[in-house]
Amino acid sequence: MAATQETIDKVKEVSSTYKYGFVTDLEAEKAPLGLSEDIVKFISHKKKEPKWLLEWRLKAYKKWLTMEEPNWAMVDFPKINFQDIYYYAAPKTKPKLNSLDEVDPELLKTYEKLGIPIKEQEVLAGVAVDYVFDSVSVATTFREKLAKEGIIFCPISEAVKTHPDLVKKYIGTVIPISDNYYAALNSAVFTDGSFVFIPKGVKCPMELSTYFRINEQNSGQFERTLIIAEDNTYVSYLEGCTAPQRDENQLHAAVVELVAMNNAEIKYSTVQNWYPGDKDGKGGIYNFVTKRGNCLGKKSKISWTQVETGSAITWKYPSCVLKGDDSVGEFYSVAVANNAQQADTGTKMIHIGKNTKSTIISKGISAGKAQNTYRGQVQIQKNAKGSRNFTQCDSLLIGDKCGAHTVPYINQFTPNARVEHEATTSKISEDQLFYCLQRGLDIEQATSLIVNGFCKEVMKELPMEFAVEAQKLIGISLEGSVG
Amino acid sequence: MSLLEIKNAELKLDGKDILKGLSLSVNKGEVHAIMGPNGSGKSTLSYMLAGRDGYELEGGEVFLEGQSLSKMEADERARSGLFLAFQYPVELPGVGGISFLREAVNSRKKFLGEEELDHLAFVKEVRKVASKMFVKDEMLKRAVNVGFSGGEKKRFEILQMAMLKPKISILDETDSGLDVDALKIVSDGVNAQRNEDNAIVVITHYQRLLDYIVPDFVHILSDGSIIKSGGPELALEVEKNGYAGLINAA
Repeated sequence: MAATQETIDKVKEVSSTYKYGFVTDLEAEKAPLGLSEDIVKFISHKKKEPKWLLEWRLKAYKKWLTMEEPNWAMVDFPKINFQDIYYYAAPKTKPKLNSLDEVDPELLKTYEKLGIPIKEQEVLAGVAVDYVFDSVSVATTFREKLAKEGIIFCPISEAVKTHPDLVKKYIGTVIPISDNYYAALNSAVFTDGSFVFIPKGVKCPMELSTYFRINEQNSGQFERTLIIAEDNTYVSYLEGCTAPQRDENQLHAAVVELVAMNNAEIKYSTVQNWYPGDKDGKGGIYNFVTKRGNCLGKKSKISWTQVETGSAITWKYPSCVLKGDDSVGEFYSVAVANNAQQADTGTKMIHIGKNTKSTIISKGISAGKAQNTYRGQVQIQKNAKGSRNFTQCDSLLIGDKCGAHTVPYINQFTPNARVEHEATTSKISEDQLFYCLQRGLDIEQATSLIVNGFCKEVMKELPMEFAVEAQKLIGISLEGSVG
Repeated sequence: MSLLEIKNAELKLDGKDILKGLSLSVNKGEVHAIMGPNGSGKSTLSYMLAGRDGYELEGGEVFLEGQSLSKMEADERARSGLFLAFQYPVELPGVGGISFLREAVNSRKKFLGEEELDHLAFVKEVRKVASKMFVKDEMLKRAVNVGFSGGEKKRFEILQMAMLKPKISILDETDSGLDVDALKIVSDGVNAQRNEDNAIVVITHYQRLLDYIVPDFVHILSDGSIIKSGGPELALEVEKNGYAGLINAA
């Protein structure tokens, strides 16, 4: 587990500043600034896409033009100038990589600095990784091993060419292009992302992972991930993200679609650590993401686990549509907001099938003058007899200038179902801190320990090596907020 | 040189004088008991020694092995070998007992320049010490002090003391909330740690605890200073006549 240890050590040595804030000096190929039909065509052309996909993109673009930015979230930011963004940026390297040896050495160095070296033999032992740098995927590890099982794990731009039928069949079925403003935008200009297909009866033998990195200035990142799990399958997927430290805001508008058939289980974990901006709220990533999973099959299960420590603004509601009878949706979330960060995050659990079950555990931590909102919808439709939901929202406040808000929406259309909602708000008490200090822990250790205790129910859902990293991250993002 | 030296300690809380020139000298290998009625400043003394925020001295000084504590934060004092067993141990929801102990012990070890124990070796060590204090594995897996009974909380305090091997331990009303059986277990745990290199200060309201943890010296704290010192017999005098007689005589 050398690489894992390396990751942990990297995170450990971080001082109070954002340590992923460096910029890689790579020559990049960019689309002209701004967005137009021509830019959409440019992207599609760059990717050598089939005609159907270009048409799909143009349809999304036209839809997007007619839509309004959502304004119901409890976040406050100046209007985004969508003409001031580069919608395509790719490091200039060889167009096609046959092996990892051909990856640009500058890129290799970047990922090493991030603590995730691209070296198949020791990369996060047992984790296959897809590396997405700005708009393109630069490397995917362990592909051959996975191919032996019939598993497809590759950049979505590649899947469009190698498995067009699958992509065409599923893309946009979970999140239609008209779903919301940012999803429409993503559909028009998405550049890369991961594609995963698990064929019938296969339990994926390793964790799959994508690492997203925004590098170029003024560029947006619009990745799109599609995971399809056929009958009787299991897959665990992780994503991590970082970006350089810059004074201006950068937009990240991703779409993630999951499809689970009969008895299939998808576990999707995120550790989001985009640059949060400086102490006064200058710069940082706008993280406007649409994630949704369809539990289509009987007894299917989709589980979202997220640890959100980064981004200036987080607007994100990973959801489950529970269509199959006896299907299960889960949402485990830790959202940390410090300094001027704003987070409006939560989930939607839409119960359609009979005896469907959902669990929501949300832990919001606010420090500095940050605002942290949990927004969640639980809908039990007419035929969802015997369905159950349990929601628990806990907020932890550090200091007296931050805020925590809980906004639950519950719509129940059948009497034969049970919905429970619990919410608590607490503060780290002086007694707790003193108790830890008296045992020799320093103030940062003490805060981190108490906060991680608060998040424990969520952390235990993360794969082991990610949990360790996530714990450290939470500690780091709260540094200086106590004492 | 004394292990712990308190010289003319003066401390105010909310503008009110609480410690008024308290002096005490504790040497290695000694057990001191500080007895006093409610409001005499017992808990303030323990917080002051441990370095709690808001309990800074207005006058006087405290030395641990000749080193002044006034500039040291609570965590530095702890790592230097000062331990406080809390009267009311604090709950830490979600923080597992073993990992808490491990963080604490490793902080101390790091300070001492000793090698940190790996996880398995540490768990083995904790279990060994815990079993002597009738602390079951199941309790170690629970969150620190959450849902513990009064006795369990105090046993867990003494377990921490045993693991941290402090130079000086201050036991603040450790007997409060304990029945006789629990009192015996806790006292046995404390006695097992008495040696020639450390010292213990027992702060208590009642003489009862001192039947189990027999002190070398007993001090009577009243109105912010020590008004009388003596041997174990002084505690018996308190038990017989109450504090009033002693305070009036002083």
